[in-house]
Amino acid sequence: MGIQALTAAELAKKVMNQEPLFILDVRNEDEFQDWKVEGKNVEIINKPYFELLDGIDEILDRIPSDKEVLIVCAKEGSSQFVADMLAEADGGDYLYLQGGMKTWSEHIESVKAADLTDGGELYQFVRIGKGCLSYAVLSNGEAAIVDPVRFTDAFASFLEEKQAVLKYAVDTHLHADHISGGRELAERFDASYLLPEADAGGVTFSYEPLEDGKTLTVGSTEIDIQALYSPGHTIGSTSLVVDNQYLLTGDILFVDSIGRPDLAGKAEDWVGDLRETLYSRYANLDRNLIVLPAHFSKKEELDDSGRVMAKLDDLYARNHGLNIEDKDTFRRTVTENLPPQPNSYATIRQTNMGQAAPTEEEKTEMEIGPNRCAVS
Amino acid sequence: MESNKVLNAEGLACPMPVVKAKKEIDNLNAGDILEIHATDKGAASDIPAWTKSSGHELVQQDEENDILKFWIKKA
Repeated sequence: MGIQALTAAELAKKVMNQEPLFILDVRNEDEFQDWKVEGKNVEIINKPYFELLDGIDEILDRIPSDKEVLIVCAKEGSSQFVADMLAEADGGDYLYLQGGMKTWSEHIESVKAADLTDGGELYQFVRIGKGCLSYAVLSNGEAAIVDPVRFTDAFASFLEEKQAVLKYAVDTHLHADHISGGRELAERFDASYLLPEADAGGVTFSYEPLEDGKTLTVGSTEIDIQALYSPGHTIGSTSLVVDNQYLLTGDILFVDSIGRPDLAGKAEDWVGDLRETLYSRYANLDRNLIVLPAHFSKKEELDDSGRVMAKLDDLYARNHGLNIEDKDTFRRTVTENLPPQPNSYATIRQTNMGQAAPTEEEKTEMEIGPNRCAVS
Repeated sequence: MESNKVLNAEGLACPMPVVKAKKEIDNLNAGDILEIHATDKGAASDIPAWTKSSGHELVQQDEENDILKFWIKKA
């Protein structure tokens, strides 16, 4: 009986294994509405901790006795405080989220997405709290990491575990929702950092341009990564075709939606590029390619193994964003009634260009909240 | 701005700034002003949200040298 800490890693396992869990989120209502823990078998309610100071009787009735109960807050203190009150009141067991939503936002799980030619492997890194996806291509002791988030230690441990040498760190575009770990990772392992030139207008550091048609080779068995210019989310957005089987779409095409063109303030200019990429360039690719996006926004996009992936052909059949025939309707869909822009997107872009150098604490604050890179 | 009581909650982490604020305001009379100083960033949104849900009035909110300041009028 009593209270116990649950780590972000343990919570991620529960969410990915679709275990039943009841969550009482004690942050204030705005924060809860903005962003919360989601999972297929997660039941979640919100009651701010400061409304429980006079007593917890009204919330006790709403807490089920047949499943685990987790209390969540922004950083940890309030969840521990409420869990203590609950345990004292009914003698039950209560979990609280260690490090709160701050830590949840930063947690990364790696899952194997595929086996590649000649023993190569493709891994997907799921930043489950924020909906960011990064990738590692491994072959014969060499690695390329695509769209890495800023927690480079996670990739460093992965490279060490796999005994692989990082050859390339690649960003498919200049990110606006999260701070890239690409440049730092490349510097740390003396690898090349690649970024599309058209997105790099304001960058203050050197990089290798990720150009259309460029081939990156990982490992001696030549698993190649083919760059494919696919503008629309940003003017430089470039997709990668890995081992002729996997299409890393960045923020252009997601499993359940399509990328939004407005995060650099140029929606009207870029909407035509987005249409061209989705309705012509991608449409003419091998439809057996497996799409691996840089984000997900709904828990339904995760498969039973906790991965986010889908066949290109299936997306042409069921993704609404790929099935808007009329050009004007498409233009309106991707430029009007968009969800709010990601928190701090302007400063995040500046940071990714090297124009701003926030502290670790500021980075955490900037990245709080959902990614919101999709149209809906 | 004038206040009847100043609560120094600097250096305290969530939930303590709100817990202490509630205790202080319970001891004040209706119409009195409680001034709160806090450094926990969460206070910036939690103090106003608590004020609203408890029926008090947030008269003013300020930030000075990383110290968050609030003036709350008891209902």
